[in-house]
Amino acid sequence: MQRQGDFKLPPFFNYPPYFTLQPVRETREKQVQLWKDLILDYCKSHKMYIISLEEDFPLFSNPNIERSLSYEAKEVFLAALVSEGRAEWIDKSHKKCLILWLRIQDWANYILDFVRENGLEVTTIEDIRSGIETHGTELAGIDRGVLMRALKLLEQKGKATIFKGTSADDEGVKFSA
Amino acid sequence: MSVAAADWLPSATVTASGRPVLSAGEIERHLLPLADLEPEENPRLAPLRGCLLALTSHRLIFLHEPSLSARALPLASIVHPYPPHRKNSHNPLRSLFSSSSSSSSHHPRIRLQISLPPSRSEVVAVVVTCKADVDVFYGRLVEAIRARAWEVAAAAVPAGGGASVAEGAPPREDLAIRMPVVGVSGILRKEQETWESAGQNLQDAFQDLNALMSKAKEMMELAEKMRQKLLTNQSNSGDEEMGSKQDMQDLLLSVGIVSPVTKETAGALYHQQLSRQLADFVRVPVERAGGMMALVDVYCLFNRARGTELISPEDLLQACSLWDKFDVPVMLRKFDSGVKVIQTKTHSDDEVFARISSLAQKPDALKKGISPTDAAFTLGIAPALAKEHLLNAENKGLLCRDVSPDGFRFYINLFNEIDPQNIYLTKTHGVYHTWISVATAAH
Repeated sequence: MQRQGDFKLPPFFNYPPYFTLQPVRETREKQVQLWKDLILDYCKSHKMYIISLEEDFPLFSNPNIERSLSYEAKEVFLAALVSEGRAEWIDKSHKKCLILWLRIQDWANYILDFVRENGLEVTTIEDIRSGIETHGTELAGIDRGVLMRALKLLEQKGKATIFKGTSADDEGVKFSA
Repeated sequence: MSVAAADWLPSATVTASGRPVLSAGEIERHLLPLADLEPEENPRLAPLRGCLLALTSHRLIFLHEPSLSARALPLASIVHPYPPHRKNSHNPLRSLFSSSSSSSSHHPRIRLQISLPPSRSEVVAVVVTCKADVDVFYGRLVEAIRARAWEVAAAAVPAGGGASVAEGAPPREDLAIRMPVVGVSGILRKEQETWESAGQNLQDAFQDLNALMSKAKEMMELAEKMRQKLLTNQSNSGDEEMGSKQDMQDLLLSVGIVSPVTKETAGALYHQQLSRQLADFVRVPVERAGGMMALVDVYCLFNRARGTELISPEDLLQACSLWDKFDVPVMLRKFDSGVKVIQTKTHSDDEVFARISSLAQKPDALKKGISPTDAAFTLGIAPALAKEHLLNAENKGLLCRDVSPDGFRFYINLFNEIDPQNIYLTKTHGVYHTWISVATAAH
């Protein structure tokens, strides 16, 4: 079994047709499903949030069998994720994609659970992203944009309040469980 | 009704596609789409009805197309052929317009005095029930009787044997000569007679042509008038004076005008016979090629076999499209990519798929996939056709494609074997399991 870091690649990663966009509808549907799941798992495992189509993405090629996805194939698989609500195009020309391996709603719930478990009342955005308390959790290294959207969602539900912090370049959050 | 009742005539063999089987040296001279044979004197002899009448250099073959059976009257047994007799002989044009459903008294009859073994003299009549130029047919019949081609075949065999002993020259079978060939003077005499008979044939042909030319202008005007009437009377099927649309098309075709009033292509006798002949010819090469052959290849083979009377690609396509109407063992098939092939009806796609599937599961194929050339080699067919089969199998979900700088290859479809909920599961048996063990061994 191949590994990239700690991530375990499934056996069909070595199956050459996996890297060719299949024309037959039924086969293509199965192929798309497998790629969607693999992309989400990989990004979650590596804490990656952005995939840029114009740059190399390690998951999209397999040097062992000398195969990589064509631009068209990458677009198709990412578009499928976008349709499912698990990703969003960042730009109009569909060159960069934000991967939501947890949906914004799921992030919001995760933050709430974390805050409750740790009795957190006030903290800053940066602390959530890189503080000691979140070290080792999914929140460590979270994309700033994603975090802000999740917090805003909590704000709408009245579970949190975002305010400007003491230093000019940071914001704080007050939670009301 | 078949021709079985007419057992006073020798039977004739018919191919699977409804063409008469001719002997060596027997050449077709004329075809009439529909004719009867009526014995006029002896009521115990059964008549033949609704047959295709083929005049060859040796026989008059009455072929009953629906039952694929035939009887043949040897020309050798014709003692005397009488010229065609018609009721309306004073106005040949009116007879052409008479409705085809009338009684046989309106149809031209060619009486023949024949002598069938065992030494029985009879009078029979060939009744031409279709619209045809009976005079041309009669002229060719007389010519064929006169040529006595069946005697040449009999004479050529011993003469050929004698000649080869005497001079080592090969016997010739296609000449209407009476004298046995002996020595150089014999060859010279043969040449002389060949030239003379060729000259005579040319003269006769030109006479026919002259007769046609003199009527040509009249016929052209008539044909145009008829065509105009047809165009305006399309829905009027009860118009008996005009005859059926089918007869009209045949008539127009015979005068050299092809006027497609509708889009139907079937009907002209030429295409029907060509279609049957093609079906006969094509069966053996197609089977030898593994049950399927590209239409272009058939075109080349067929024309090469015909020698001089080449057919056009349109004729070939039309002949193939007529196969739907007959019961022939071959069919035309068009693939999604546009490639047209001729395949035998017994050819089974499933059988090909089974062979492809087993080929794709061999260890080498699991590792590297199969290319169209590999498939062609295993299946025993041309690479272009092999690719069609592979694409077909891909469409059915049996194979997947792999496109890379190495080329275009196909693998057995493993996507069906993978459980999306459990992508790390490696089964203990089955094709996925086999593939994994083969693939991991390679890397």
